[in-house]
Amino acid sequence: MMKWVFFAIIAVSVVFAGITGNMGGLSNSIMTEAGAAVDLALTLAAVICLWSGIMRVAQSAGLVEMLSKIFSPLLSKIFRGINPKGRAMGYIVLNLTANLLGLGNAATPFGLAAMRELEREEQTGASASNNMILFVVMNTASLQLIPTTVAALRLSAGSSSPLDILPAVWITSLSSVIIVVTAAKIMGGKRERNI
Amino acid sequence: MSVISDFAIPVIILFALGFGLFRKADIFAEFTAGVKEGLGTVIDVFPALFALVVAVGMFRASGAVDMLTNLAAPVANLIGFPKEAVPLVLLRPFSGSGAVATYQQVLQSAGPDSFAGRVASVILGSSETTFYTIAVYFAATKVKKTRHALPAALLGDFTVMILGCAFVRILL
Repeated sequence: MMKWVFFAIIAVSVVFAGITGNMGGLSNSIMTEAGAAVDLALTLAAVICLWSGIMRVAQSAGLVEMLSKIFSPLLSKIFRGINPKGRAMGYIVLNLTANLLGLGNAATPFGLAAMRELEREEQTGASASNNMILFVVMNTASLQLIPTTVAALRLSAGSSSPLDILPAVWITSLSSVIIVVTAAKIMGGKRERNI
Repeated sequence: MSVISDFAIPVIILFALGFGLFRKADIFAEFTAGVKEGLGTVIDVFPALFALVVAVGMFRASGAVDMLTNLAAPVANLIGFPKEAVPLVLLRPFSGSGAVATYQQVLQSAGPDSFAGRVASVILGSSETTFYTIAVYFAATKVKKTRHALPAALLGDFTVMILGCAFVRILL
């Protein structure tokens, strides 16, 4: 799938740059964006290293297992066939909690750890398991309770009440989470684990 | 609100370390081992991240967003979707920083309390950078076939666009 996405984005860019006479700008953007990718990776490295360190401490102290015990009764209904007391469930809980609280920085390292543990526990090969897909689409749908970035930008743009959008954000987010989870369940079919 | 977010991360870190000490874990050795693992994760996900950032950067520089916005304007009009927010919908799944920049343009041109400004706010607050998330999350594993991950996720983005617009109309 990604090979087509990758090709399509670049092909569309070159074609449109040709039509709009923007080929010079496109050409310049390639190296600029390569630099931006390295900058982004460095920022991400800082976040991932910090939270991976904290995660290791939390795991060795038994905190991750404790969290998974508390929340797994609910999450076991969504993620079928995962050990409710295992590490994968623990990291899923950490990731979803960080997402809800808007600690977006911490959510990514927890999410990557959850993906690795799902891979280990379900012994997936080259093909994604249903649970991996469920977990990823729950992350692509936003779970954040208070959209702090949006509120801050609205405030600085002179909004009279930057948080008046909250009910609309909640009901929209919730609908999209329900839709993606349902869609992933239907599209995943009855296939168990990986094939 | 900002007090809570100021406290959250320092308190979480202190709590994790304190709890580790209480449980007699070697928290310094564990922390540094975690940092080392984290570095490995960064190296694993970097190639996918690099590829996507370059491709999306080219897309933004090509002027495709403006042209696609003009092409999509009649459809947006038809369903009552504010045309100022169209570029945001186009960029949101690909680029986090691009989406924020586009969002700020909507706030400036249409105003934060306008219909377009509110729809853009709800869309940005209710969605994530879909392609980036899928690419980076699966890059941490050996999975090559993401199966229905992308179609299901894009269905969610489409839902946010339609319902975000509808709920702003109904609730605000």
